[in-house]
Amino acid sequence: MQKIRRDQLIAKASELLENGTVSCVLGWGAGEFGYDVTPTVFKTTEDLKAGFVFNDFCGANFSKYLVAKTQKLEGKILVFLKPCDTYSFNQLLTEHRFDREKVYAVGIPCEGMADIAAVKAISGEGVSSINEDGDKIVVTTIYSDKPVIIDASKVLAERCINCKSKKHVAYDELLGDEGDVIESARFDEVARLEAMSADERFAFWQNELSKCIRCNACRDACPACTCEKCVFDNPKSGVENKAPANSFEEKMFHIIRAFHVAGRCTDCGECSRVCPQNIPLHLLNRKFIKDINEFYGEYQAGAEVGSRAPLVDYNIEDLEPGEVFDRRNENV
Amino acid sequence: MFKCSLDKIQSLFAEIAKEAKLYMPVDNADGTASYSEWSEGVQWSGALNTTKSPKDFFFPQTEDLMRFKTEGKNIEVVDIRSESEDFVIFGVRACDVKSFDVLDRVFLTEPRDSFYAMKRKHGIIVSTACTRPSETCFCGTFGINAAEPAGDVSAWKTEDSLYLQPNTEKGRALIERLSALLEECTDDAVNAQKENVAKIMDKLPLKDLSTDAFGGGKTMELFDDPAWDELSSSCLGCGTCTFICPTCQCYDIKDFNTGNGVIRYRCWDSCMYSEFTKMAHGNNRLTQKERFRQRFMHKLVYYPENNDGLFSCVGCGRCLAKCPISMNIVKVMKRIGGNKGE
Amino acid sequence: MQVNEYKPLIVAFCCNWCSYAGADLAGNNRLAYPADVKIIRVPCSCRVNPMFILRAFQRGADGVIICGCHPGDCHYTSGNYFTRRRMTALFSMLDFLGIERERTRVEWVSAAEGAKFAATMNDFAEKVAALGENKRLEDLRCKK
Repeated sequence: MQKIRRDQLIAKASELLENGTVSCVLGWGAGEFGYDVTPTVFKTTEDLKAGFVFNDFCGANFSKYLVAKTQKLEGKILVFLKPCDTYSFNQLLTEHRFDREKVYAVGIPCEGMADIAAVKAISGEGVSSINEDGDKIVVTTIYSDKPVIIDASKVLAERCINCKSKKHVAYDELLGDEGDVIESARFDEVARLEAMSADERFAFWQNELSKCIRCNACRDACPACTCEKCVFDNPKSGVENKAPANSFEEKMFHIIRAFHVAGRCTDCGECSRVCPQNIPLHLLNRKFIKDINEFYGEYQAGAEVGSRAPLVDYNIEDLEPGEVFDRRNENV
Repeated sequence: MFKCSLDKIQSLFAEIAKEAKLYMPVDNADGTASYSEWSEGVQWSGALNTTKSPKDFFFPQTEDLMRFKTEGKNIEVVDIRSESEDFVIFGVRACDVKSFDVLDRVFLTEPRDSFYAMKRKHGIIVSTACTRPSETCFCGTFGINAAEPAGDVSAWKTEDSLYLQPNTEKGRALIERLSALLEECTDDAVNAQKENVAKIMDKLPLKDLSTDAFGGGKTMELFDDPAWDELSSSCLGCGTCTFICPTCQCYDIKDFNTGNGVIRYRCWDSCMYSEFTKMAHGNNRLTQKERFRQRFMHKLVYYPENNDGLFSCVGCGRCLAKCPISMNIVKVMKRIGGNKGE
Repeated sequence: MQVNEYKPLIVAFCCNWCSYAGADLAGNNRLAYPADVKIIRVPCSCRVNPMFILRAFQRGADGVIICGCHPGDCHYTSGNYFTRRRMTALFSMLDFLGIERERTRVEWVSAAEGAKFAATMNDFAEKVAALGENKRLEDLRCKK
């Protein structure tokens, strides 16, 4: 469960609204069932008290919203940022995608967010309430009088199990304690795939990508995808399409999507969170991150404002494309 | 009413599959379910909903319409329509069955869509009653009874048996063909299940959701509602809701140049996309608010206006479960419909 | 005479300032390289968008090679350094997806290296021919 509580966040937001520091608050709006949280802009303390929530299901990364929300904005917008969100925040600043002066960023600690599908796999369908109790999540359903008690740590989202950092790299004010960059096992799955044969890898991705319905949610939720006009939406690009007409187009879309954010992707995991077909899209992004780390030195996008992304940089001593495979063959 | 013991269900499937392709929801490794073709050993999933709705069987996500062959200065138009084979979709939930009514009114009224009509003619729908609806279910709001699904054949699964009730000519023919595996029975067990499910439906959190504020003729009062701004403000503009929706029916027609000819095909389109219904003068809905509003106004106002009050939402709850930001038709109905909060 | 001998279709993106002239030189010197190598002239190897490569495969290429100036010799100072990083990342990704790594290559060929150009193309065509037709990045609609 989250260490920081809803009341603390509302108190902080109200204080900043009332003393005029900010004119509105980007926060999490309550839904119908406790877990269906919607990013919402709150304008008054009353609104906050009525609709603001903070719980284990507040996974959405707010950074990208700042691009749209800071336009035509009077005053400042208050945004609550979890550690992983701050990396996207910095990356967007690096790319000059919003005006820093229009944002008041409050860093909040995060203990990892829950995956509702994992919760429901244990509790079953028909959830009538979800509450937190210490490090447990208490779920009641319409099918049983007895609540189901689940360890919060057992139902973490994949990206939170493999959390890379609890450190806030950007904020105006920090609530709670500052965390650290942590050693994670986030590249293990990529390494497992790399160790497979090419045929196995092809079969794996063919199966995963064939599920794609081309809803574009991975792109639209991605804080690194902020082009005003995406190449896949542009009829003049020659690759615009609204549906994956065949297996080639599925692959092309996902290769290019991942390539376009390579070096800029902070590994926030939104792409996989929003995929309605549960395609592990973050693995494509992580493959690029892992490669870049190996080839050009450790690089974490968004760790600092103004850093130069590896694919728009070079070094005279860089390795040759073919050498990558030679090197791997030697290692085998 | 007919019944078949669950021990014999695989034989029943095998019998159906002898003369028609049989599709049913099947569990995936990741805990979701999707429609797959049955073959020996494939287990019928007990999942409530598949991620993608069965509208795919009649209105696939992409479908070739015709081809053009070019040779020198000659263009030949190739008609690629062909007679489809009979197929059976087994285990369709009541809400999804109702969605075919919604689609029929679009595709089977003049001008009739021959691609859709062909598949509809050859498709046999065996529905299944729900016994464990989810919190996201609100089919009752649209007058659908989850315990009494329509379709060519309605089915009810109990602890030990599968009960079947044919409703149409196609359905009766199918039951006739399967008669060796079925026995006639009373509908006591089914009635007991219906009563049971009715009690569960009463406990659903969305059972009181009302459509009173919507329907034909409400365009002007709802179109300018100031709440659209707020509701749409966090919409990402992705197409998840439209593509998993059983009733969304918009499509785009495109040409693909293969290098030696052209394939004209259609694919699903989404009113959430910036390129939706783009015309020579540009777009007619320039902001996400307008696109967002279009989707819900269509489902709740425009469609019923043109179709005798039938709403083009069936309350399956897919969008409630899958929207990346959890903004959905229920939130819209509660807000715009005036019953803010509870 | 072999009738149905399989000949791979190769797309070669060649930099205007070096490899394209290298191809000319190979021709002038009567050095043979496969006729199924289709050259596309680009102003710099870094003009090659990853999408070009994928689209070449979609449209029937069995192998794609990018030829640019030797590192340090770029007409625009640094274009080929970017090519190098981009293609390293892209090829590694294609390999990750199970696409045969021998189907893509980057070579540095200067305007004076006609012999190298011909040798590179012969070698590449041979390697691709050994793999056979491109099946993993094909678009069935584009098949005759």
